[in-house]
Amino acid sequence: MANVEKDLISGQNTTGHEWDGIKELDTPLPKWWAYIFWACIVWSIGYFVAYPSIPTLTGYTKGVLKYSSREELSKDLALQAQQRGKWLADFQGKEVGDIAKDQNLLGYALRGGKAAFNENCAPCHGTGGEGSLGFANLTDDEWIWGGKLEQIQQTITHGIRSDDAKGRSQEMTRFGIDGVLKADEIEKVADYVVGLSSGKADAAAPGAQIFADNCVACHGEGGVGNQDMGAPALTNALYTQIKGDKASIVAQVTNPKHGVMPAWEARLPAETIKMLAIYVHSLGGGVK
Amino acid sequence: MTQATYMDATPYQDDLIKKFVLAATFWGIVGFLVGVVIASQLAFPALNLGLEWTSFGRLRPVHTSAVIFAFGGNMLFATSLFVVQRTCKAGLYGGAVLGTILFYAWQLVIVIAATTYVLGFTQGKEYAEPEWFGDLAVTVCWVIYLVTFMGTLYKRKEPHIYVANWFFLAMIVTIALLHIGNNLAVPTVLFGGPLWKSYNIYAGVQDAMTQWWYGHNAVGFFLTAGFLGIMYYFVPKRAERPVYSYRLSIVHFWALIFLYIWAGPHHLHYTALPDWAQTLGMTFSVMLWMPSWGGMINGLMTLSGSWEKLRTDPVIRFLVASVGFYGMSTFEGPAMSVKAVNSLSHYTDWTVGHVHSGALGWVAFVSFGALYYLVPVLWKRERLYSMRLVSYHFWIATIGIVLYICAMWISGIMQGLMWRSYDELGFLQYSFIETVAAMHPYYVIRAAGGLLFLLGGLIMAYNFIQTIAGNLRDEEPYEATVAAAARG
Amino acid sequence: MFSHKIFETNTLALIVGIVLSIAAGGLVEIIPLFTIENTIEKVEGMRPYSPLELAGRGIYVREGCYNCHSQMIRPFRDEVERYGHYSLAAESQYDHPFQWSSKRTGPDLARVGGKYSNEWHFKHMVNPRSVVSQSIMPTYAHMQRPLNVSATIAGEMKTLRLVGTPYTDEQIANAVADLEAQATGGDAAKAVEARYPKAKTGDFDGNPDKLTEMDAMIAYLQMLGTLVDFKSVKPELVNR
Ligand code: HEC
Ligand code: HEC
Ligand code: HEC
Ligand code: HEM
Ligand code: HEM
Ligand SMILES: [Ca+2]
Ligand SMILES: [Ca+2]
Ligand SMILES: [Cu+2]
Repeated sequence: MANVEKDLISGQNTTGHEWDGIKELDTPLPKWWAYIFWACIVWSIGYFVAYPSIPTLTGYTKGVLKYSSREELSKDLALQAQQRGKWLADFQGKEVGDIAKDQNLLGYALRGGKAAFNENCAPCHGTGGEGSLGFANLTDDEWIWGGKLEQIQQTITHGIRSDDAKGRSQEMTRFGIDGVLKADEIEKVADYVVGLSSGKADAAAPGAQIFADNCVACHGEGGVGNQDMGAPALTNALYTQIKGDKASIVAQVTNPKHGVMPAWEARLPAETIKMLAIYVHSLGGGVK
Repeated sequence: MTQATYMDATPYQDDLIKKFVLAATFWGIVGFLVGVVIASQLAFPALNLGLEWTSFGRLRPVHTSAVIFAFGGNMLFATSLFVVQRTCKAGLYGGAVLGTILFYAWQLVIVIAATTYVLGFTQGKEYAEPEWFGDLAVTVCWVIYLVTFMGTLYKRKEPHIYVANWFFLAMIVTIALLHIGNNLAVPTVLFGGPLWKSYNIYAGVQDAMTQWWYGHNAVGFFLTAGFLGIMYYFVPKRAERPVYSYRLSIVHFWALIFLYIWAGPHHLHYTALPDWAQTLGMTFSVMLWMPSWGGMINGLMTLSGSWEKLRTDPVIRFLVASVGFYGMSTFEGPAMSVKAVNSLSHYTDWTVGHVHSGALGWVAFVSFGALYYLVPVLWKRERLYSMRLVSYHFWIATIGIVLYICAMWISGIMQGLMWRSYDELGFLQYSFIETVAAMHPYYVIRAAGGLLFLLGGLIMAYNFIQTIAGNLRDEEPYEATVAAAARG
Repeated sequence: MFSHKIFETNTLALIVGIVLSIAAGGLVEIIPLFTIENTIEKVEGMRPYSPLELAGRGIYVREGCYNCHSQMIRPFRDEVERYGHYSLAAESQYDHPFQWSSKRTGPDLARVGGKYSNEWHFKHMVNPRSVVSQSIMPTYAHMQRPLNVSATIAGEMKTLRLVGTPYTDEQIANAVADLEAQATGGDAAKAVEARYPKAKTGDFDGNPDKLTEMDAMIAYLQMLGTLVDFKSVKPELVNR
């Protein structure tokens, strides 16, 4: 080509073209560049042979390794089960009570329980299990549904007012909106309950009789609570669902609020639930 | 000036280019600003302001669209239309008319996109968020662009088409195909649904594949091929050196565009996309490594023989650094495409770090280099208002990038490792929320890095305003200081 | 040697060359996904979204939740342990668009259905930090406004039917009734449960008198990942 010239700095010829003052050198491809490129191509071809890769309209080449990422997972899970073997069988076979008595297994339960708790339960019950309004505190001695290991396990497995048919499902009567009690009666019983929880209950108060007629069935004589019914004790200031002042009690009796806790049976393996029960039990309020 | 001879003879449509240059500068700053805002929201969620319009989920697409389509788009229009005229020795096809329509229509598209996202109208596909009416407007713009660009190529007085134009053309043609292919949708209004909504025709796994065929190649063609076009003009021009290797240009051009299209599945590793497609995505990404580096080699080696310009010309510094970052992110990309690596990096900030080493280091830096070149040329100024400010911009922005990507590498790898880490008894060691909390310091550092990058952009805008106003900053000429520093 | 001249001197040749180069990859990777049968696993239980869930999904897309949340559990032991069974392609077969996402700033939501109570979701959406103190998720209190889709929801379902979602005439005819009944619950929702098996019914946002965006959002979140019964899924049928 006519305009080919030698570039003095690189010693290469130009190609002879020029655009707006830009020229090009006729440098050959860098060798290392070409070699690595070829190497990548060869490696890829090897990969096509080894792994599932080339599609056809109805299938694809499976590759000589017959690899499947989902099958890899099955292998991985099998390996995991094997690694956990030394305690997994015990957790699957034994009752929570027996596990908790075995110091070694207890250690596993507390660690595993904590891990599962922080991932699944902490969003409701708080990282330390301290709970918040509407979400039960698991660290105190107050239990709505019972603080024995088996009771806790049952609660976690099937939930509370969850979709699970075996879940705990008791609900408080809607005294106000269903017209069981009149507004002034509700006022009175609320006054009585405020007294109960501050330890100054007045047995002669008009609310006392209303309480005896309507509430004792669930909350028990003197409002001590009934765990079979999931009716919390009203004799202390440890409320779970409501603030505990008079207005909130009126609201509760009028149109009760009910906490819902999901069932975990379908989401978590049985052994994890056992660990959780033991962990929750250890948080401070566990009942022997 | 070397252009003067041509400029007198050929009526280049430079007023149009000026508009695109200003728009690119403006939208760049808007995009960086929104980036800083969303980065700060992740560090301090109160900055979502409790308003639906300013919540992270709605602003993030504003950021990505602003930087890619508003900043990047105007940049590509400005440079490709500038370059194609000069390298073809021909004015734009359609004169000023087509180009001007394109200009206003594109700004309209940007405004439509941004307002509709903020109001909550979105198709919910990354980088393709505009609803059907926005997509139609984009299509119209793109047809005008294609006609203008191709028409100019046809009109050319040079016998050969310059390599920058191959890349620009590949970008235009491919983006057209991707945009249409990925956005096929039925507006619900046809059946009595809402006016502003549509359902795209693919679902689930097929939609995922189509989306990342699009998404990956939006990166590959919009942010890579197009910007390589920019590099192929502005680097040799500014360095005043011939392009290093014509043969490398040819081989890496064809290899790049052929291989890029296949790499989409690396965004879907280990998902419900069948394994065979993941294998293709991974292998083609690895094969893409050298073709990508072909561009880097041609960029860097073009400078051989004028390395001293790195010291004397901050604009060259931007261009060289951009090519360096390009090389880095196109090494990181293939590495992240390897399934074992991706199993860690996917879903984490590592991806975000990779994105921004490409986006800030490559796309934005090569753009800054081109803009600093273009402004004095277009406005016929002797030189920029201040070279020193260019240098400040360079260093401030570079520190910003380093903060940004290092923070994201650390947080990303840390998060990936935390997710999968088991304690010695075989229980998951961290809950998800602990990993969120662990990201906080890095989100703060990233926001700080972004702020520096934004500051650099503002310095650039100031420099342009002064340059266009015809001012020259009273400063020691650049070379002299460097020489003085070298002396002692 | 092969000459490149034609591509540099003939614009048309250059375009044809470009189109041929870029056509292959897309065709080879996309078309077989429609034709290879086991791409979408054969599993029981998948059904189109109920009108209320569909409206909720619309809000999910509108708010851009996918910018932070994935809906795609990968087949790794930590993910399976944390989130549940890995996601199948079948599970997003009615998703226009798919919402797998590519960023997990928040946890994966593919199986969040049933993990929390409606009340928790409500509190969390209104202010995430009121329940999870370290959360960085934005607040979505504005979703307490009325759900305003009655006039258009059937139209959306018809559009979806055109793009392949198997809505029946009956489902479309009852769209508005089902929408309201699902958020009412009780006997009113029996028909919804029949038309959309496993649908969660009842008031979702603690405000039974009002049908809000929150009702729709929570209805959607509560069904995520609950349709396929994995006890009946045989691994060898989904390994691919
Ligand atoms: C959606 C929120 C939520 C989640 C998640 C949750 N819980 Fe609960 N949980 C509750 C509520 C609400 C109650 C109180 C129910 C009531 O009012 O009767 C409760 C009650 C309990 C009780 C009974 C407390 C008592 O006083 O009897 C135990 C034990 C318990 N939860 C443990 C757990 C464990 C372990 C997990 C995790 C596997 C968990 N919870 C997850 C909401 C939740
Ligand atoms: C049918 C059984 C039942 C009857 C009758 C009943 N309750 Fe309850 N009550 C419950 C249950 C169950 C709860 C717990 C709700 C929860 O945990 O979400 C409860 C909770 C409460 C609470 C809130 C306690 C807390 O810790 O937050 C108050 C206060 C209360 N009841 C007062 C009354 C009064 C006053 C009456 C009578 C007028 C009454 N209840 C009658 C079952 C009953
Ligand atoms: C800025 C990022 C961000 C956005 C946007 C966002 N989230 Fe979140 N989300 C989070 C984070 C972080 C968490 C974990 C902490 C928590 O529970 O709040 C989370 C948790 C959740 C959870 C609980 C999941 C679990 O298993 O614990 C749900 C459900 C949820 N988000 C739904 C949504 C919905 C619906 C939207 C959109 C309307 C949304 N999020 C938008 C960041 C975000
Ligand atoms: C001041 C400068 C910038 C800042 C502070 C910034 C910040 C951010 C933040 C916070 C995100 C969201 C990350 C997440 O979801 O975790 C993001 C995403 C993104 N940004 Fe930027 N950005 C900046 C500049 C740019 C530029 C110049 C470009 C392109 C040219 C760009 C392209 C993108 C893209 C493509 C994403 C999406 C990434 C993904 O989906 O993985 N950004 N940016
Ligand atoms: C050879 C070149 C490259 C390869 C093989 C590559 C590969 C990858 C991979 C594997 C991911 C992560 C996908 C995931 O796990 O979700 C990714 C994300 C991304 N890359 Fe690259 N990359 C390359 C170059 C670039 C360049 C130069 C840019 C420039 C700007 C870029 C921009 C992006 C963006 C924006 C994303 C985020 C997409 C999203 O999730 O939203 N890449 N890339
Ligand atoms: Ca779109
Ligand atoms: Ca409601
Ligand atoms: Cu990609």
